[in-house]
Formats: sequence, C-alpha cells, structure tokens
Amino acid sequence: MSSIMATKVRAKRIAQMIASGKRSDGRGLNDYREIQIESGLIERAEGSARVRLGKTEVLVGVKIEIGEPFPDTPNEGVLTVNAELVPLASPTFEAGPPDENSIELARVVDRGIRESKAIPTGDLVIEPGKKVFVVFVDVYVLNYDGNLIDASALAALAALLNTKMFNYEVKEGEVKIKPGYKPLPLANYPIAVTSAKINDQLIVDPWLEEEQAMDARLTMTIEKDGKICAMQKGGYGTFTTQQILEIAKIVQQKAVELRKLVVKE
Amino acid sequence: MKTSQKKPEKLIDEKDIRYDGRKLNEMRPVKIEVGVLANADGSAYIEQGKNRILAAVYGPREIHPKHQALPDRAALRCRYHMAPFSVQERKSPAPSRREHELSKVIREALEPSIFTEYYPRTAIDLFIEVLQADGGTRCAGITVASLALADAGIPMRDLVCACAAGKVEDRLILDLDDLEDKSEGADVPIAYMPNMDVVTLLQMDGMLTNEEFEQVLNMGIEGCRQISQLQRDALKAKYTAAKEAEAEKEDEAEEAKK
Repeated sequence: MSSIMATKVRAKRIAQMIASGKRSDGRGLNDYREIQIESGLIERAEGSARVRLGKTEVLVGVKIEIGEPFPDTPNEGVLTVNAELVPLASPTFEAGPPDENSIELARVVDRGIRESKAIPTGDLVIEPGKKVFVVFVDVYVLNYDGNLIDASALAALAALLNTKMFNYEVKEGEVKIKPGYKPLPLANYPIAVTSAKINDQLIVDPWLEEEQAMDARLTMTIEKDGKICAMQKGGYGTFTTQQILEIAKIVQQKAVELRKLVVKE
Repeated sequence: MKTSQKKPEKLIDEKDIRYDGRKLNEMRPVKIEVGVLANADGSAYIEQGKNRILAAVYGPREIHPKHQALPDRAALRCRYHMAPFSVQERKSPAPSRREHELSKVIREALEPSIFTEYYPRTAIDLFIEVLQADGGTRCAGITVASLALADAGIPMRDLVCACAAGKVEDRLILDLDDLEDKSEGADVPIAYMPNMDVVTLLQMDGMLTNEEFEQVLNMGIEGCRQISQLQRDALKAKYTAAKEAEAEKEDEAEEAKK
C-alpha cells in the first residue's frame, strides 16, 4: 500500500507541475529528451542501431533469412517484428515468454513499418509462393526510462537504413550467397510520436515518472509525406475528440524533427 | 474446406453503394441479447453482420493468483479469444500475438467505465469469445463486453460502445467488414463513452491525412452513438422480459386460487 501511496503522491506533484507548464526534468511540454543514434554496432547483423532517448536505451538488430511467404501473399517477402523487454533493462522486467507489453510494443513498431510500406516486400521474392526473404526486426530494450514505443520505432528505422542485403543468385531453385552487399532499399520513413495526457494536459515523450502518472497515451506514426499510418491508444484513461485532434497537429511537427535525426537526405 | 468469399472487382460502386448494398455511413445489421449464459454473473451476445460474439463476466470475485491483487481497486482481467472455426483457415486455439494485444487494448477501453475502486483486492474476469469473425470484432467485442459488465451488476460510469470507420477505395466508410478491412485504405477502431463524450480506444492502420482522420473520427463516433442506442435497448429488453414473465406467473397463481 505504501508504494501505491508514494506513486500517487508523486503523480499528483507531476500533474501540478505540468498544469503550470513545467516538467519534472525541466523540459517544455512538447520537447523530446536528448536523442542519440548510433548505427551498425553489431557486425553479425545485416543492420543495427542503438537509440538513446534520455536514459531510455533500445538496440535493434535486423537479420535477413530465407523462408516461406504467407499463403495469402505469395509474391511478397515477410516482415517480422519482435520485442524483448530484457530483464537487465529494469527492475520491473522479468525473464520469460513475451508479455502483453512487449507484444504491444512489437506490434505498434510493426504497424508503422508495414502500413507505410517502408520495406518493398515485392522485391524480396526469390521464387513466388515458395521462397522469399524474411526481414526480422528484433527490438532489444536495454534500459527502460519511459516511451519505449518512440525509441524502438526510431531505432528500427535507423537499423533498417543501416541494413545491407547480401548478394545472391538462384541456380536450379537453390539460393547461392555471393560475396558483397547492397543496401536494403527503403520506400518510406515512418516516425512514431507518443503523447501522454496527465490531468488533462498533453505532453510529448513521457519519461518513466510521467508514464506512471499519466492517464493515457496516444501514439501516432507519421510517414514521409505527413500522412498518419498507424495509431495506438494505451493506458486506462480517455481522450476527448479535441485532445485527439490537437495531438494529431503536434505530432506532425515532431515527426519532421525526429526524421531529420535519422534520415540524411 | 469452405470456399472463400469471392472478392468483387469493386467494393464501392460509382453511386457510392458498397458491395453488400450499404451506404457509405451505414452500419451492418446489429442484434444484441443480454443475459444469455446461465453460469456467468453477467453475459451478452452480439451479431453484427456475420460477426457472432459472446461475452461473459465473472466477479468481482476472489483473485488467483493472489499477487495480482491490487490494494486500491479491482483488477480487470480480459481475454479476447477467437474460436478455431471462426475464420476461413482454422485458427490455432492458442492465443496469438494479435489476441494478446487486443485483450490489452479492450481492457484499457473498458476499465475507465468501471468503478474498480469499489472492490479492492478482487478480480473482475471478462471473457470475449469470437464464434465467427467478419471484421470489426474488437469493436463488437467491446460493445458486448460492456453489456455483460452491466448485466453482472458492476457499478459503471457509462456504457462503452465501439465502432470502426475507415477508408476504402478513396471513400470514407463506417463499420468495415472483413473484405473492406483487408483492402487497401485505412481502418480506425474507436471505443467511446457517450455520456462523458470521451474516447477510450483508438487505433489505426492504413494511410490518412489529418483532414481525413478528423472526418473518420467523427464518422466513427457517430457510429458509436448508434450502437449505444441499440445497447440500451438490449439492456432494457432483458428487464422488460423478466418483468413480463413475473407478471404472468402472478396471473397464473391468481387463476389457480380461483
């Protein structure tokens, strides 16, 4: 009970600060924490990137393997996103099969990449209906300090931009790997932006303390031309229509800022 | 194996009529019944188009395992599950990642409506079984689950109703069915509490501009309001039926006395 009381007291203090336009870590309501992106740290992976969003730290590795297409899409390669809330990342994470939080995280990251058609799956077919390339995007959370969705989506995009496809040729139905690599072409650059509602005030990029105090969060993923391509509400609170439309506006500007950090045109 | 539904060339014709005869902002036929299962504390059943979904509530009751107990409120636990025969290709009965995610977002859509603080350290268990799926099952699941909670007598701030809206072949439409959902466009499931005028579930996949999204959101909420009326009617119908049965019994008893 005491820990619940402590959390509630802290939540109240955070809500009061935000009501006066301040945040407990000194940021403005629509400011992200400092973002650092490093690409290509894992040589064994076809692509990799680490994103630090304040103290939140996420590593994404991309592996490409040969597999079977789904029966309903014989002419498309396969994208698989998985997320691990590794126990070393937080005292609240436990080892074991993926829980609903890691499944939600993976599916929200997946939705952004899939719906924006970032990976041209049509080009990843070796033999229609039989052999295609499977792109595995594995999200590995290394330190949890709030807003895993934005950090993971950003790291996934950075890792995909860093991904190199091996050269190959097909001889009598067999795939032969040839020396050399070429970059995996990306057709879109989805950016996830999460807003939280605390006591009827909206903020972006909630950190852990704010996540514990928030009523609800809303993530919108924006593709390169400014269209919304995925959305996910989370938490036990609610949003008014007005708040939702306000978030849709803020998110547009934030997505442009974040995309500049990872996509160098 | 059952042959799959043939996809028509166009899902919407040039007169804005959808392939199943609906107008753009028209919902599928909905049938709701409250109090359908004998063992559950509360239950309800919904048919929306070809969707057939059952929901049951057990609780508030003692929580097991005990470490899941919350000191300040009841724990709402929700399981959204699809029957193996509910879709074209048999679905494994083991819960998929999609079902895990939907169980979570459905729980978060319903919890704001419940006074969970009245029952600390207990569990309210909610089971949603999709017997046949035809697109929009999470929304119909929320609609029917909210009724099951009400039927169980759990104190609530409002009923939660849900409906999807989206975009198909460049037109904005209400209540997408399976074929429309699987085509290019966008799908935006929305759950809503009409008396409090707030959204409790919002998801999206597809592609929409901000302007389109605003229209879809308004269309979806309008759909939710229609669902809400049907919900209320169904809830009232259960009690009218019970009252009538009681009156009949009394009449019979009186006849017997004579």
